[in-house]
Amino acid sequence: MLERMQILICGGTGCRGSHSKEIRAEFERVLHEMKLHNEVQLVTTGCFGLCDKGPVVVIYPDETFYSHVSVADVAEICEEHVLNGRVVSRLVIKDSVDKQKVKNFGELKFYAKQKRIALRNCGNINPLEIDEYIGRDGYFALGKVLTEMKPVEVVDWMKRSGLRGRGGGGFPTGQKWEFAAKSSDPIKYVICNADEGDPGAFMDRAVLEGDPHSVLEAMTICGYAIGAHQGYIYCRAEYPVAVERLNHAIAQAREYELLGRNIFGSGFDFDIEVRLGSGAFVCGEETALMASIEGFRGMPRLKPPFPAVKGLWGHPTNVNNVETFANVPVVYLKGPEWFKAIGTAKSSGTKVFALGGKIANTGLLEVPMGTTLREVIFDIGGGIPNKRKFKAVQTGGPSGGCITEKSLDTPIDFDNLIALGSMMGSGGMIVMDEDNCMVDVARFYLDFTVDESCGKCTPCREGTRRMLDILNKICRGDGTLEDLDQLESLGNMVRDTSLCGLGQTAPNPVLSTLKHFRDEYLAHVVDKVCPAGVCPNLTNYVITDKCIGCTKCAKNCPVGAISGSVKQKHKIDLEKCIRCGACKKTCPVNAISSKPEDWRAVVNG
Amino acid sequence: MDRLVNVSIDKIQVAVPESATVLKAAEAAGIAVPRLCFLEGIHEEGNCRVCVVKIEGQKGLKPACRTQVSDSMSVKTNTKEVYDAVSSNLELLAGNHKFECWKCSRETSCEFLDLLRRFSVDNTFSNEEVFKHKDRKLNESSGAMVIDSSKCVLCGRCVSACEKYTGLGILNFNRRGSKTYVGPALFTNLEDAGCIYCGKCIQACPTGAIREKDDIKALERALRDPSKTVVAQVAPAVRAALGEEFGYKPGTNVEGQLFAALRVLGIREIIDTNFTADVTIMEEGTEFIGRIRNGGTLPMFTSCSPGWINYLEQYYPEYIPNLSTCKSPQQMAGALIKTYYAEKLGLDPKSVVSVSIMPCVAKKAEARRPDMGRDGYRDVDIVLTTREIARLIRHRGIKFQELDPIKPYGNLAKYTGAASIFGVSGGVMEAALRTVTELLEGHSTPIEFTEVRGLADIKEATYKVAGMDVNVAVVQGGRAIGQFLEMMKKSDKQYHFVEFMGCTGGCINGGGQPIITAPMQGKFDIRERRAKVLYAIDQGSSFRKSHESEAVKVLYEEFLKEPNSHLAHELLHTRYKKRDVYSK
Repeated sequence: MLERMQILICGGTGCRGSHSKEIRAEFERVLHEMKLHNEVQLVTTGCFGLCDKGPVVVIYPDETFYSHVSVADVAEICEEHVLNGRVVSRLVIKDSVDKQKVKNFGELKFYAKQKRIALRNCGNINPLEIDEYIGRDGYFALGKVLTEMKPVEVVDWMKRSGLRGRGGGGFPTGQKWEFAAKSSDPIKYVICNADEGDPGAFMDRAVLEGDPHSVLEAMTICGYAIGAHQGYIYCRAEYPVAVERLNHAIAQAREYELLGRNIFGSGFDFDIEVRLGSGAFVCGEETALMASIEGFRGMPRLKPPFPAVKGLWGHPTNVNNVETFANVPVVYLKGPEWFKAIGTAKSSGTKVFALGGKIANTGLLEVPMGTTLREVIFDIGGGIPNKRKFKAVQTGGPSGGCITEKSLDTPIDFDNLIALGSMMGSGGMIVMDEDNCMVDVARFYLDFTVDESCGKCTPCREGTRRMLDILNKICRGDGTLEDLDQLESLGNMVRDTSLCGLGQTAPNPVLSTLKHFRDEYLAHVVDKVCPAGVCPNLTNYVITDKCIGCTKCAKNCPVGAISGSVKQKHKIDLEKCIRCGACKKTCPVNAISSKPEDWRAVVNG
Repeated sequence: MDRLVNVSIDKIQVAVPESATVLKAAEAAGIAVPRLCFLEGIHEEGNCRVCVVKIEGQKGLKPACRTQVSDSMSVKTNTKEVYDAVSSNLELLAGNHKFECWKCSRETSCEFLDLLRRFSVDNTFSNEEVFKHKDRKLNESSGAMVIDSSKCVLCGRCVSACEKYTGLGILNFNRRGSKTYVGPALFTNLEDAGCIYCGKCIQACPTGAIREKDDIKALERALRDPSKTVVAQVAPAVRAALGEEFGYKPGTNVEGQLFAALRVLGIREIIDTNFTADVTIMEEGTEFIGRIRNGGTLPMFTSCSPGWINYLEQYYPEYIPNLSTCKSPQQMAGALIKTYYAEKLGLDPKSVVSVSIMPCVAKKAEARRPDMGRDGYRDVDIVLTTREIARLIRHRGIKFQELDPIKPYGNLAKYTGAASIFGVSGGVMEAALRTVTELLEGHSTPIEFTEVRGLADIKEATYKVAGMDVNVAVVQGGRAIGQFLEMMKKSDKQYHFVEFMGCTGGCINGGGQPIITAPMQGKFDIRERRAKVLYAIDQGSSFRKSHESEAVKVLYEEFLKEPNSHLAHELLHTRYKKRDVYSK
């Protein structure tokens, strides 16, 4: 059966949340009704990366990229595009970088600078069909490895590729495999760390949901390389779709004898099981992860001994991140030199980023290492919406630091980001503009780590809690200069004495904002003013002369603090105002400001 | 091969085995690195971060207790950076601590207080309202032990100790982050959570977060009540350890001064639990011979350790028929105090306050069991641990070292060598064998049965007695109890008599004994030192078999008639009941 048209419907997180399942069901219904269902193949794929533009529907063979599709649009697409070959131009994506409609998928500036290796199959295949994975060279790498290569060669290729861990640590993967391979213990394990926990990170989720077989194939290759016969995927329970897809993929791979005994007739046995996390960010730390699999409370253990020597149940274990594994098959398909040639000298390959915050193209992107931050944020991300000014970009999630305007031309790689006082992390990249308060940002991240601290060691358990107390105190307006000193010294102490990576990196957002945005902290504690206009106790809202009297703000104010008649400049009663910011959000002409330069005059008479 | 490597600690060069930790290497260099959560062989997780040091070439600070040395490693333990980091961590811990040091059970043995003093830590966070985060978790309902999170430094030593010594996992970390607290799941009451009150957790705790229930005030009130007469009894193991609280070397017998101190405190009537230990042998020996002759349930299990009884009733209630029906010497003494002795003193039992000084925390709960009294009064009213009596003596300003030793007057303070070794693992068994073998054989039999002595968790022996092979076993500690019973279930071997103790080492290592702090715990085995005292008392006694005791003979002649008599059963024997765990 040859279909003349393929309709790809994005089944990634964001699009699913916006009813892409219902969109598919509607396509099925309408196409059946129009008796076109035999001519058109519907494919639900993994994430396309342009999450802000979802729900995404891409039509092949003409590569039309539709964005913000709703269930109500389906009938028109079927009638106009499928039946009559006419593109529905109102649904064609308007690229935030081009700032104009771009019909063809391949011409989108969003993808121009990207190189999708880990995400190679996301958006291109139905993740529920192993045949589609195989159709795109899936399992060929494993076949080659098992039938043509010795384990020591496999390790060697991985070393030559220069692939470094994509979970945040950036440790050379080849070296890690070599450590585990060296041990003579007959029992070894491969673990895939799928406990993606950074707030705002969903790179691993896209791979697990959109291309689960890539992980299975990679783990099997790793098992062969190090001498392990059992793999575990530790997946956070908050990703039920990923868990389902993984189990489905495992069953299919077993059916095709690409998993289990005597794979490819090579005599090599390897099997994989999924294990669920239970809602603890700390279980993304490899020793806590292993404790959790063993049935204990997820608390990290001291290293050394390292997992490659003494890991799961005391046996040598290799732990790698989902994205790291997603890259593995490609190294063996295309060769280590091909991989090494991409990226920078010390950081080869690409990195997937989950771009979020004040950015036009929220979503997933994958770029070669060495791409600059400016290129990612402006050329791919589409820059800051609403004509606001860039202020900082946070990489590495709650473990990372803020990077300012002056460093935007830094080529992204592991070492450069550390030199800037941040880190690569797992790939979360949050952009901030002039309306973000950096003290509040630090507080947000610290609030997360305080909640997620396991409680085992004193500095993280008590120190981060005290740091958060101080930040809350500062944002409340009760901060002092001594508080800033204490914040800094506590931060240094927690970083230097914590038992695991969670505590060791928890102070980073605080310390980096203290360094780069000290003036904001000083404004909070000395002037008792929030320069960004965020912290409720330290800000005021004022309506400027730009007001057109549309009354939208007054209607949206939850406490009725705004007065004014139609077409007249409105006024905010600061006694009633709770500083929620609802008015500012609804104003169609940006006439409401919480910036000190605008409200100082009004407040001080 | 554990070759030697050269390490520099604070510029002092030492050669230590390659497998040594930085902490041990520092010790070899004469440097005592501060530490809190490290408890050798029990808790080695490196989580308190008090022992952090700077290792040249390594980022951040590393825990000395768990970092292995390497050749030409250079360590600094006392730089400003290290000092400030450790102080800061201690300051944070202090901020959550409810300081009541003057009345705390660990007034002289608190490892946290020692560290606070050492670093002159500021009490920065304690008074800030905004920094109060921890709800106090306090459980006193067991009447034996108290868990108090306001003193907890979350070191985890108690969790590891309970796991190691009992395998019952009564304690663990609950919740997470700054809301973490230690206790049974959901902070269930200890008495409902399967705890056996062996007190290994108390011995592991560096502060007063887990402690004995303090009954000192109850004694003080009784002493000042003109309508009451206080009668005290003292367990065998107390005299072997109390001296440690007053600067004596571990392994010093302070029996005479102990009695003198009780006199000075105002207690005029003093008897010795050792006396009823002899009585216990009469009762239990007779019971055992009865089971052998009349096909009773075998093996018979001893019943004087309430920690062990707690274990059996909660985890292996199917073996209740095997338990001897004899009460413990504490409870036998209490029963005799309120009947036989009260009568002799011409006192109404209700006006007698019976106090026991015990090495044991479980005894506090044992005294309140329903069977342990009659006619509206209890046989033992107040149980004080060795530690509590030491505190009381100190608080009253009594100079223990200067006291002249005394011996209490009367039969109820007389005992044989067999009684004195009750406090050691294997002692009850040996005492019983001395009497039972002689009674069965009908002639004099050996005094010493050394096969049942020693520190092994499970000891076994077979003795030929009156033509029979009598298989005995001696089990010590919660973990060994579980192991032995499981083994017994699967084994074909017919045991006849088994001694069980809730604490390894026996009562000398009871949950109420003087605390050996962590830095000292690694250095010597306290059980050996204390055991020596009791074996020495036994060796030096004129009578070493319970049935040879004149005082015991008088008791039976005057009061009980014979062992296992009707009156003996009424006063000196008890019943057991299956207890559920986490059932409420």
